Amino acid sequence: MSVKQRSKTLSRSNNELADTLIQLNILNDKERLDESFVPFRKKIAEDGLANGIDPVYPDIFQLNIGKLCNQTCAHCHVDAGPDKKVENMDKATLEKCLSIIKKYQIPIVDITGGAPEMNPHFRWFVEECTAAGAKVMDRCNLTIIEAHKKYSDLPQFFADNKVEVVSSLPYFTASRTDGQRGDGVFEASIAALKKLNEVGYGVEGSGLTLNLVFNPSGAFLPGDQMELETEFKNQLKRRYGIVFNNLFAITNLPISRFLDYLLESGNYTQYMTDLIDAYNPTTLDGLMCRNTISVSWDGHVYDCDFNQMLDLKVASPSNHLDNFDMDQFVNRKVVLNQHCYGCTAGAGSSCGGEVA
Amino acid sequence: MSKTYFDPNDLKKFKDITDFQKEYGEKFFDYYGSVFQEGALTAREKALIALAVAHTVQCPYCIDAYTNGCLSKGADEEQMMEAVHVAAAIKSGATLVNSVQMMNQVKQKMM
Repeated sequence: MSVKQRSKTLSRSNNELADTLIQLNILNDKERLDESFVPFRKKIAEDGLANGIDPVYPDIFQLNIGKLCNQTCAHCHVDAGPDKKVENMDKATLEKCLSIIKKYQIPIVDITGGAPEMNPHFRWFVEECTAAGAKVMDRCNLTIIEAHKKYSDLPQFFADNKVEVVSSLPYFTASRTDGQRGDGVFEASIAALKKLNEVGYGVEGSGLTLNLVFNPSGAFLPGDQMELETEFKNQLKRRYGIVFNNLFAITNLPISRFLDYLLESGNYTQYMTDLIDAYNPTTLDGLMCRNTISVSWDGHVYDCDFNQMLDLKVASPSNHLDNFDMDQFVNRKVVLNQHCYGCTAGAGSSCGGEVA
Repeated sequence: MSKTYFDPNDLKKFKDITDFQKEYGEKFFDYYGSVFQEGALTAREKALIALAVAHTVQCPYCIDAYTNGCLSKGADEEQMMEAVHVAAAIKSGATLVNSVQMMNQVKQKMM
């Protein structure tokens, strides 16, 4: 089943936003928002966090195993795509990740990409993490299962290793899904979901967890997660006989290709204003930057996947796997910028959905 | 003063109606907030009804607000347009059903 991309990576299309400094300049350009602009640091200072956000001991090790992907989704904050042949984690770096996961007994390993399964060391790494007693989450784009016969046994591989599968499905209709992720994505995603169900994923009592991710396919914020989950469960069951466990509603952050979309479509000002207006201080405690180690393909350490994509490394000497020290890492302040409003809007947003 | 009657930015000032009449304004917003909570109808169904009514009362602020609300709550374009058609059908039906009165009068007055 083939997927036809509607978008290109920023780097391939020579888009100036491929330069993260230009993205940061746009996010900090007050004139684009007029009176709505409030620095994120100032906003949280009003809620008693004048000294910034303090992390806790991490329980999630999230690695971006590489930017190589069989899709080029219009909203991708990683700027992943089929042309990203270089920015992929090698085995030596994965071994360093494994060593830290074991040393500090980090219970959850969250593997994201790109399409993580395209990394040649993916299966080895999953097996090593599972053997070490960690729970592995794979952020699977679904279509990879249908992309080539060498990936068709992934559902069984996931099941054998009790991997929690987390998959994006922006909507239960083809037009809205394909509009965001590429022509043919919806059909391939449904086929892949059926295969995951066949091996037990999402089926009650199987112990195999299949969670879906709802990203709005446009310049609007996600609604109530529970209500969306109910609607998705009803619609996917009724239309396709598909079952799943939980739906995570994740806000699109105004960076990378989604930022490009916002600027090109004339929605940037309104979207940023919506994020700022929807700022909710009760989300601050549950932000994922507090309990996550985010590692890039080349071994650098970040507060979250979004800071990683803006090349905002942790404010700590422990900013690479080669010199990682947990005490130093935990005793840092989270690096903040204007995109952080994406995680504090409404009920909040994290890689696990709502936080408040 | 604005030289147009409708400015999208005015929607944000809606809450300011309490500046001129605090008690009634606050009661209205309390009521409004309660109405749109999930109840026997889901918040998505309520947003679709609101979108349809917004069209019949021809309120551009409401149309913007509930288009956004419907999208956020997972309604799709087909559902949103069907909701507007329901409103349009009732509105045109209400116009046409009054023609019975016209017909009654015609029949009364014609030889």
